[in-house]
Amino acid sequence: MASTGTPAELTGMTAAQLAAAIAGGEVSAVEVATAHLDRITAVEPQVHAFLHVAADGALAAARAVDERRAAGEPLGPLAGVPLALKDVLTTSDMPTTCGSRILEGWQPPYDATITRRLREAGVVLLGKTNMDEFAMGSSTENSAFGPSRNPWDLSRVPGGSSGGSSAAVTAYEAPLGIGTDTGGSIRQPGAVCGIVGVKPTYGGSSRYGLVAFASSLDTPGPLARTVLDAALLHEVISGHDPCDSTSVDAPVPPVVAAARQADVAGLRIGVVSELSGEGYQPGVLARFGEAVDLLESLGAKVIEVSCPHFTYALPAYYLIAPSEASSNLARFDAMRYGLRTGDDGTRSAEEVMALTRAAGFGAEVKRRIMLGTYALSSGYYDAYYGKAQQVRTLICRDFDAAFEQVDVLVSPTTPTTAFRIGERADDPMAMYLADLCTIPSDLAGNAALSVPCGLAPEDGLPVGLQVMAPVLGDDRMYRVGAALEAALEQRWGGPLLAQAPPLIGPAPGSAAPGGTAADGGIGR
Amino acid sequence: MPITRDEVAHLARLSRLALSEDELSHFAGQLDGIISAVARVQEVAAEGIPPMTHAVPVVNVFRDDVEVPCLPQQAVLSQAPATEQGRFRVPRILEED
Amino acid sequence: MTATLVTYDDALARYEPVLGLETHVELGTVTKMFCGCPTVFGAEPNSAVCPVCLGLPGSLPVASRAAIEYTIRIGLALNCSIATWCRFARKNYFYPDMPKDFQISQYDEPLCTDGWLDVTVEGQVFRIGIERVHLEEDTGKSLHVGGATGRIHGADHSLVDYNRSGIPLVEVVTKPVPGTGALAPDVARAYVTELRELLRALGVSDVRMEEGSLRCDVNTSVAPAGLPWGTRTETKNVNSLRSVERAVRFEIQRQAAVLDSGGRIVQETRHFQEDSGTTTAGRSKEEAQDYRYFPEPDLVPVAPSREWVEELRAALPELPAARRVRLQAQWGLSDLDMDALRNAGALEMVEQTVAAGAAPADARKWWLGELARRANEDGTELAALPVTPAQVARVAALVSDGTLNDKLARQVLSFVLAGEGEPEQIVAARGLAVVSDDGALTAAVDEAIAANPDVAAKIRDGKVAAAGALVGAVMKATRGQADAGRARELILERLR
Repeated sequence: MASTGTPAELTGMTAAQLAAAIAGGEVSAVEVATAHLDRITAVEPQVHAFLHVAADGALAAARAVDERRAAGEPLGPLAGVPLALKDVLTTSDMPTTCGSRILEGWQPPYDATITRRLREAGVVLLGKTNMDEFAMGSSTENSAFGPSRNPWDLSRVPGGSSGGSSAAVTAYEAPLGIGTDTGGSIRQPGAVCGIVGVKPTYGGSSRYGLVAFASSLDTPGPLARTVLDAALLHEVISGHDPCDSTSVDAPVPPVVAAARQADVAGLRIGVVSELSGEGYQPGVLARFGEAVDLLESLGAKVIEVSCPHFTYALPAYYLIAPSEASSNLARFDAMRYGLRTGDDGTRSAEEVMALTRAAGFGAEVKRRIMLGTYALSSGYYDAYYGKAQQVRTLICRDFDAAFEQVDVLVSPTTPTTAFRIGERADDPMAMYLADLCTIPSDLAGNAALSVPCGLAPEDGLPVGLQVMAPVLGDDRMYRVGAALEAALEQRWGGPLLAQAPPLIGPAPGSAAPGGTAADGGIGR
Repeated sequence: MPITRDEVAHLARLSRLALSEDELSHFAGQLDGIISAVARVQEVAAEGIPPMTHAVPVVNVFRDDVEVPCLPQQAVLSQAPATEQGRFRVPRILEED
Repeated sequence: MTATLVTYDDALARYEPVLGLETHVELGTVTKMFCGCPTVFGAEPNSAVCPVCLGLPGSLPVASRAAIEYTIRIGLALNCSIATWCRFARKNYFYPDMPKDFQISQYDEPLCTDGWLDVTVEGQVFRIGIERVHLEEDTGKSLHVGGATGRIHGADHSLVDYNRSGIPLVEVVTKPVPGTGALAPDVARAYVTELRELLRALGVSDVRMEEGSLRCDVNTSVAPAGLPWGTRTETKNVNSLRSVERAVRFEIQRQAAVLDSGGRIVQETRHFQEDSGTTTAGRSKEEAQDYRYFPEPDLVPVAPSREWVEELRAALPELPAARRVRLQAQWGLSDLDMDALRNAGALEMVEQTVAAGAAPADARKWWLGELARRANEDGTELAALPVTPAQVARVAALVSDGTLNDKLARQVLSFVLAGEGEPEQIVAARGLAVVSDDGALTAAVDEAIAANPDVAAKIRDGKVAAAGALVGAVMKATRGQADAGRARELILERLR
C-alpha cells in the first residue's frame, strides 16, 4: 500500500478526505491513527483535551479496518477515521469519569449505543475527552482534572461542557469529536473554537450509555471542522435505539445529502429578534450580521422573527436541568462503584454517602444538585419546576409559530467569544449566560447547529452562527450551514481554522515534539 | 424570599452533601442569587398552559417480556469499593426504609 | 418501652377502628420491570443484574409491556377505572438497596383508580374501596452482618444483593375502611386472602407471602364512636395472613390504651414483630421525608387505548368470587363447607379432582381429610403435595368400585405421596386390594372363631352385635385388606 501524505497532511485532512483515502488504499487506517496519536503527544501538554488516550485500542481498531479493506469487505463512510469521544459516554475498554473525582477510574462493563455504533462503523476511538464535571459548565473549568485550553488562545476556554472534544478537533488531534448538548454544550464549544457543532433533534441520537445530566435535554452530537464531516458523523451515530425509550423511531433526516446540497436559494430564514442586543459582544453581532447578509445574497429570504418567551429560556433551563440532575446524580453514593471516603467502620452508610459526595463532587455540581433539590421540594415544586415546564411549552409554541413563517431560524451561537480561564469561574450567573442562545432549542428538543462565521475584530477570536431547524428537520440546518461555510471560505480564501495560530510543539519541560507515537501512556 | 444558610443546610442534608460551614455560607449567597434570577419564570402568564416534561410527544414505548443475558457477577462486583459473599459490602444502615 | 394494652373487647367498646391496607405484589413476569433480566428467586447474589437494574451511570429503563398489562388486568379485576394517559414518576430518597437512589414509581397518575373488592366475614359482606393500583420497581435486598441475628439495629455492616432490584411491583392501596367494628382484624385478613386469590386466579403473581412476593402494610386508626377518624399508624413487615390479623388487633388495643391515658397517636411507621405479635415504632426521623416526586424523563407516558383495555378485559379469567358461587351450586355445598374448603386452600384441588371424575363429596373428603392432615404434618400447602388431583380421583374411584376401603385408600395415598407411582400400580405391587374372596376369608374367619370362643358363644346365643369383635380380628389378621362386610356375613353364617 503506497503511503501518501505526511503526518501533518494527514491530521489536516477532513474526515471525508481521510475516509476516501483509506477506502482507496492511498493511506492505511493505522498510518492515520498513528499521525493523530503523534499529534496528540505533541500538543496535549498545551491543550489538555484528553483525559484518557487509548493508543493501543486505537491502533488495533485501525488495523481491523485495514484488514477488512484488504479482505475486500465494504467499509462505511467513516471507516478508519479517528475520533475523540467525550468522557460522558460509556466505553467497555476505557474508563468513564465524566470529569469527576467521584467516578475517577470507573471502568463501565458496557458500551454506550453511540460508542457501539462508532465501533461498528470502523471509527477509530482515540480516547476520552475532558469536560465540565457531569457536563455542567461552559468552559471545562469544572473538570476535576483541570481545564482544557482553546487552541486559538491557550489562556482562554475552549467552551464547554464538550470543551475537550472541541479543543481536540480544533487542535487537529482528531478530525471528529462527539459531544453532548444539554444547554448548548456542543454548539457553544464549537462556536468559541471556530468549528462546527451540532445538536441533533432530541431523541435522534441515543442516550443509552450517556451518563445523564438532564435526561429530558441531553443530546449527543458531532463536532467537526466541516459541515459535511459533521453530517457524516451525524448519520453514523443516529437512528432508533430500543434501549432508549425517548429515541425517535423514524428515519434519520438526510443530513449528508443536505450538506452536499449546500444551497439556500428560496429558503426562508428568520433572525430571532430576542437573541441580540444588550450583553452581546459587538464583534459577535457584526460577524453575525455579515453572515446573514451573505445568506441573503445567496438567495435566501431573510426576515426578523420574534420568539417572545426565549427570554425566559435561561431561567427555565436553570430549574429543569438542575432538578433532573439532582435526581440523576443521586446514584453516586459510594455503595456500588466510584469513590468511597470516610468508611472507617464506625460511620453509617448515610454518613459515608454524604462525606463521599462532598469530597467527590465539585462546587458547580453541588450548587446544581442543591438548586434542583430546592426546585423539586414540596411547597416549591409548582412555583419553580412546574412553572419552568410551562415556560418550556411556551418556548415550543414560539418555535412552532416561527417555523410557520420560516424554514430555519438563526442567531449568534454565543453572546461573546471565548472568555479567559478563571474569568467567570466563581460567578455562576455570568457563566450561565454563555448558553443564552443555545438553550431554547434544548428546551424545545429541535435541531440546531453552530457554524463558524468569522473572527470578532476586537479579539480575533471565532464567532459562531447558530441555525435552528424544526424537530426532525435536521437536514435543513445542514443546507444552510454548508452553504454559508462554502461562501465564507470563498471569501476567506480557505477554512477559518487556517487563521488560527499554530500550536508549536509541547510546552517547555515535557517530552520531545513530533517523532513516532508512544504506545499508550499519553495523557493518562 | 432570600435563601438562608439554614435552608442550604437542609438542602445539603436532603442531597447527602456533608458541606463545611464555609461552603454553606458561600453556597447560600450564590444559591440566593441564582434562585432570585430563575424565579423570573413566575412572571410568565402560564394560566392553562400544560407543563412539558418530554421533548418528543411519544407514548407507549415498551419492551417484550423476553430475557436478555445478564452481566457476569465478576463484572458486577469488580468496580465496587467493597464486596463480601458475592454482595456489595456497605456501611451499616441506620434506619429501615 | 412496653406498651400497655387494653383488652380487645374493652377497646372495641369505646373506639371505632378504621383500616387501610397497602399491598405490594411482585409480578410474575419473565423479566424485570425495565430491563431483560430474569425475575428469579434465590439465585446466586448479583447474578441476575445488568446495567439498568444496577442503576449504572448511563443506563436507561424501558418499560415492560407485560407488566403494564398485568397491572391493568389487576385493575380491571378490582373494578377500577384504567387511566387513559399516565406517567411514571421518580420517588427520590437515598437508600443503599436502591441502586439509583430513586425509585421509579407512579405518583399522582396511577394506572388504575377507584375500584372495589367485596369480602365476606361471618356472613357479612364488606365492600373494600380500592383507591389506586400502581406499578413500580422493587429494591435490592440487604443482609445485615454483625449484631443480633441479622437485624438492622446493631449491625456492623450490610451486604446488598440486587437480584430483586427492578422486579415489577404492583401496589394496591385501599380507601379507608370504616364500619368493621370488632371484625376489623378479620376483615383485614379476609381482604388480603381475597386479593391473593384474585391475583392467583389472574396468574399475575405467585403471591407467596413467605418469599415476599406479596407484602402488606396495614394502616390502623381508632377514634371514639361518632367522632372523626383518628390519626393512623402504618405497620410494616406484616408477612402472613395471620400477622395481618394480629397486627390490626394489637394496634387497636395499643392505640386505645394510649388514648385512654390521655395520650395522642403519632402518625408513624411501625414494625410488626412476628415473635411477640406486637408492633414497635420505627426510628423517628429528624425531618419529614420529602420525596421530590417528578415525572420520569427517561420513560414516555403510558396511554392505554380503549381497544387495548377491552381486549384485556375480555381475556380475564373467571374471578374467584364468581367461581366460588358457581362451584358451591354445582357441588351442593353449604356456606360452612365452602368456607372450610376455601380456608384450607383446597378449592382448586377439589375442582380439578371433580373434573377428573370424582364425586364432589369424595374429592372434598380426601383433600380436607387425609391430604390436609399430611400437608399440615409436612408444613406445606395442599397444592405443594406430590399428588395430583387426577391421582386422588383414581383413588376415590377405586374406593367406589370396592377395590379399596378407606383404610387401604389412605395407605395407597401415602405411597403415592412417597413417590411410588400411580394408585393402580401401588395396589398391584403391594397387593393392597380388598380381599372379598370367600376362600381366603373363610380361613381367617375360622381362625377368629377358634381364637375367641367366648365371643362366638355370645353370637350363637343371638347377640349379633358381638360379631364386630370377630370382624376386627379378621381385619387384623388380614392387615386390613379384608372386605369387612363379607367377613361379617361369613361369621354370621358359621355361627347361625
